[in-house]
Order: sequence, then C-alpha cells, then structure tokens
Amino acid sequence: MSGHNESILREPLITGRDITYAKITSDILEPVENKPNRAWWIGFIAALCGATLWLVAVSYTFWNGIGSWGLNKTVGWAWDITGFVWWVGIGHAGTLISAVLLLFRQNWRNSINRSAEAMTIFAVICAATYVVSHMGRPWLAYWVLPLPNQFGSLWVNFNSPLVWDMFAISTYFSVSLLFWYTGLLPDIATIRDRAVGLRRKIYTIFSFGWNGNVKTWQRFETVSLILAGISTPLVLSVHTIVSMDFATSVIPGWHTTIFPPYFVAGAIFSGFAMVLTLLLVARKVLGLENYITMFHIESMNKIIILTGSIVGVAYITEFFIAWYSGSEYEAYAFVNRSTGPYWWAYWMMMTCNVISPQLLWFKKIRLSIPATWILSIVVNIGMWFERFVIIVTSLHRDYLPSSWAMFYPTWVDVSVFVGSIGVFFTLFLLFLRVLPSIAIAEVKIILKSSSEQAKLKQIKEGHLDKTYVKEYVESLEKFDSVKQEDYAKI
Amino acid sequence: MSNIKYILGSFGDPDEMLHGIEKLQENNIKIHDVYTPMPIHGIEAKLGIKRSRLDMLAFFCGITGTVSAFALIYLTSVVDWRNNIGGKPAFALPDFIPIMFELTILFTAFGLVLSYYASTHLFPGRAPRVMDLRATDDRFIIAVDAQLNAEHSKIDGLLKDAGAIEVKHNERKYISYE
Repeated sequence: MSGHNESILREPLITGRDITYAKITSDILEPVENKPNRAWWIGFIAALCGATLWLVAVSYTFWNGIGSWGLNKTVGWAWDITGFVWWVGIGHAGTLISAVLLLFRQNWRNSINRSAEAMTIFAVICAATYVVSHMGRPWLAYWVLPLPNQFGSLWVNFNSPLVWDMFAISTYFSVSLLFWYTGLLPDIATIRDRAVGLRRKIYTIFSFGWNGNVKTWQRFETVSLILAGISTPLVLSVHTIVSMDFATSVIPGWHTTIFPPYFVAGAIFSGFAMVLTLLLVARKVLGLENYITMFHIESMNKIIILTGSIVGVAYITEFFIAWYSGSEYEAYAFVNRSTGPYWWAYWMMMTCNVISPQLLWFKKIRLSIPATWILSIVVNIGMWFERFVIIVTSLHRDYLPSSWAMFYPTWVDVSVFVGSIGVFFTLFLLFLRVLPSIAIAEVKIILKSSSEQAKLKQIKEGHLDKTYVKEYVESLEKFDSVKQEDYAKI
Repeated sequence: MSNIKYILGSFGDPDEMLHGIEKLQENNIKIHDVYTPMPIHGIEAKLGIKRSRLDMLAFFCGITGTVSAFALIYLTSVVDWRNNIGGKPAFALPDFIPIMFELTILFTAFGLVLSYYASTHLFPGRAPRVMDLRATDDRFIIAVDAQLNAEHSKIDGLLKDAGAIEVKHNERKYISYE
C-alpha cells in the first residue's frame, strides 16, 4: 500500500511528528473515554435549554393548532417552511462530504466525514419535526404515506411534489443513517476493545460484533463505495424535490425552472458553512488540530466560494428572467422582493450569501480561523433569509391588493426555530461524547501516505526535486499545527 | 502436543504484516484469518478471497425498488383509483419518476447493507469474536491455526523475521468471550 509515495506537492492531511496508529486512536477517543470538560457542560446545558423551549413550543402548537403561529390568510407558509428548508439544506453537507468526495477520491474527507454525517442526520431530524408540526393535525401525519383507502383517506396524490418530498426526505434520512452507522461499526469496536465493564457491554451491543477480519473489511469497502455511488444522486435529488415544492406551483417567484440547481448549490453552501461552524470549535476544544488541519478548512472555504457564487448567479438569473419573461406578475414579485416592504430581508440575503463569501478569495481571510468562523455563521444567517425571502415575499402580496399582508412571527414561531437549534446542538454534543467525532479507521488509512511525517521522511531520503520540496515547505506555512522552525533548514 | 489453539503474529505496520503473509505462504503455512484496524488494500488477493458479489445484489435490489415504485403508483393512481386532477392524464409518467428514483435508492441501500450484515454476521449484540484486543487499535494480526500447523517454532520464527512485534500462543480461540 505504501509501496508508492504520495506526491510531495500535496499538502499533508495529518500533521504532527509522532503520530502512530495508537496515537490516532487515543487522540480521537479522548473526549469519548474521559469525563467532559466545563466547555462541554456549558454548551450542553445551553443546548438543552433550547431543546426544552422547542418541546414547549411544539407541544403548544400541537395543542392549540397552527393558529398559534403568525400565519394569516395571505401568508400561509412562513417560518415553518423556512426552517424546514434551512435544516434540510444544512443536512446536505454530510452526505456530500462522505459520498461525493469519496467518489472523487478526495482523501481530506476522511477526517471530517463522520461529524458531517452526524450533523446531516441531526439536521434532517430538525427538518422532519417542522414537516410534522406544520401539518395542523400531526397525529394524522401518517396520511402522507401511501396507505390503502380503508385508512380513511384516499391514496396519496402521486403527482404532488409534497408526496415526492416525503419519499425523498425519508429515503435520505434512512440511507444517511445506514451509511453513517455502517461506517461507525469499526470505530465502535475500537471503543469496545479498549473499554471495561458496563461500557464494554454497551459498546459490544452497538458494535454488532465487528472484529475487523479480512472479509468484513473487503465487503465493507464494497458497501461503502456502492452507498457513496447511490447517495450522490440521492443528495442531489433531495433538494431538487424540495425545490419542486415551490417550482411546480404557479406562484410568481416560485414558478422557476432554475430552482433545482439553485437549491442544491444553496444546500451545499449552507451545509459546508454549518460544518465549519461546528468543526472550527470542535477542533479547538477537542484538540484535533492535527487531523482537521488548515488545509481542510481552506478546502471547505473554497467550496463555499464556489457554491456561494453559483447561488449569486442564480439570484441574478432569476431577476433577469423575471424581466425577460415579460410576465408582469413575475416581474412584480421580484421588484417587490428587492424594493418592497421586505427589502431588508432581500438585501440581508444578498449581502450574506453573495457579497460576504467573496471575501474568501483573499488567502488571509480564508486561512484565518476567526474570520472563517464568523463568515460561516453569516452564510447560515443568509441562507435562512434566502428561504424566508423566497417563501414570504412571494406570498405576502398576492393577486388581490385587498388581501396583501405582512407576516409577523409570534413567540411560538420564534421558539420553534430557536428551539430547533437547541435540539440540533443537544444531539451533536451528545454525539461528541459517545461516538468518535472523526472516522478513526479512515484516518489510519492515510497515515502512511499523506501525513506530515511521511512527507518529511521522503524529503530526508532525498531523491526529490528541490523546487517541489521548496513549494511543499511553503505550503506548510498556512498550517497552525506545523512547527515551522523544523523546516527552516530544509 | 500442546493445547495451543492459535498462533498470532502481531505487527505494528501493515507492510510488514503483508510481508509476513508472504513469508508464511512461501512455507505452505495456511493462514486462518487476518485482523486489522483499517482496510488493507491488496490483502484479499494475497489471501485468495473472492470478489464480493454484493454489487450485483445491490443492482437487483435497486431494480426491485424501481419496479415496486412503478407498480405501486400505477396500480393505485391509474388502475385502482383514478382521480381527475385538473383534467390531467392519470398515467403521468414524468410525475412517477421522483418516487421511482427514491425507492430505487432506498431498496438498494437497505438490501445492500442488510445483506452485508447478514453475510458477515453483524447484528446488534453479537458476541465479538476477537483474537487480540489491539486488532481494532494499532496492531495488525495474522492468525495461524496451531492445530493444523505443527511446526510452531518455525511459524514463530517466520513471523518474527517479517517484523512481528510479538507472537502470541493463545489457548483459547476468542479472548473476548468471558
């Protein structure tokens, strides 16, 4: 396997000098095998308060009905669907990182895929709760399933994008869960074999008896590759279908063919932003700087620039088409969006999604952790506003001026949204405590080929082109986890 | 004859372990199994493990999903319970595609993963059959059946020469059973 070395021109994916297989295991399992620190408890208690608020607000909605939200006869969809699409979008990065980057053999995915997939699952859970609570009669949520007529409703309407959405979201959730859990098995077995007593018993149950023999690994790789192959079109299809919830309607501002690619780009954009928001903190608090390096952060920032620019082009295209189509309703919807009573939301979206990510073209900003972290949050805010703009501004001035209205959220609207963030963080913080936040086995694969120490060994052995070595050493300058003075003499 | 059941060569490096496999095979010593903390490329060819047929199975599961989705939609909304939706045709194939696609993926994923679990005997609560606890951490273990291969000291020597950090003689097959 390491019969051939990786090119020296590639940046290392694991930094540090004395990394061994054993050290990888103990570094990554550090938060799992020890008692949580104060930072974790503070975060967890705050998140739990949010989750409680969510429980109260959702129960209140179930008890009193959708009337407890700020919806009115003109704006029938607002924060609920905004929140739903926002969370589903965030849920796209995990599968994208684990599946698409696997197919493209991007090895840098190995140290970020696990937590990104976990994030996906938790984000889709948050999204699903919105779907159920906006139904009005959530106890009849099973009516969206294709059940025979005896159950009290007709067969579902298979021409409806809402039914497609039910299939898409539930497929996406369950396939992501399978992918994530299958990948976790070897790592759960690692925890099991290091644990004693009750912990060992619990991890034994969840490790499914994994022992890492040749056949299991060989088939594991086949399964991972096929799952990646089918998850790639799946992840693209999910947000495509979400966008069809809008695009197949006849509401000006929604009825656009650009929606599927534009929504998918937006989903990847917001998903990567959320991965950065979480991992920049986790990396510091959990001491994982050697595994999630500046190269990883820079690569994700590059994806954010790309997808942010695609989203920007989509916004402008929509505007152009609104004028070029000659449809006065379409044109009005867009003029109203940018200059009407919701102009501030529109420009918030434009600034956060199109203008501020362009700052990442500057290498200094791309490589600055505080700047990246702030920008990632800005992107998330912008993407929330994007959905709000699409949904509310297209609805609030309909065909009859006498029914024009504004949307004002109630405390329940706000609490469901803020609470769902609490639910998300509660789940994510629990995940960091009980399961390895980095795929241990996958990081071990690249230790001998792509680590800083392997590259240093290559340099010391000689036989390398001097200019290449120089370029490599220069590329290390951006790493905060590399001791620069070691390279001064090379 | 001792009651040693398995001889384990514990390596700290995957390449040395592959070398160890070659050494044993050159001396006609049959390897029981190899346990590693990560997938090792090229090992299945050395040990003569056949290509997995899970990919073919996945394909047929996928086709089943496509056909099931089409059958469900066709039989309900075209045959059994035709609805007039804005005067549009009941047999609207383009509208069927999203669900057909999703069920293809769903059936493939579940069929594939569940058959993988079944074929490698993975299920919740299964007692782990582990020969060396460090095989999931930092050691690459070659296991040789001691009953079938009598020359124990020769095996020890070969493993040591290939770079094994330690060679264990286990009297029980699986140490993880309590």
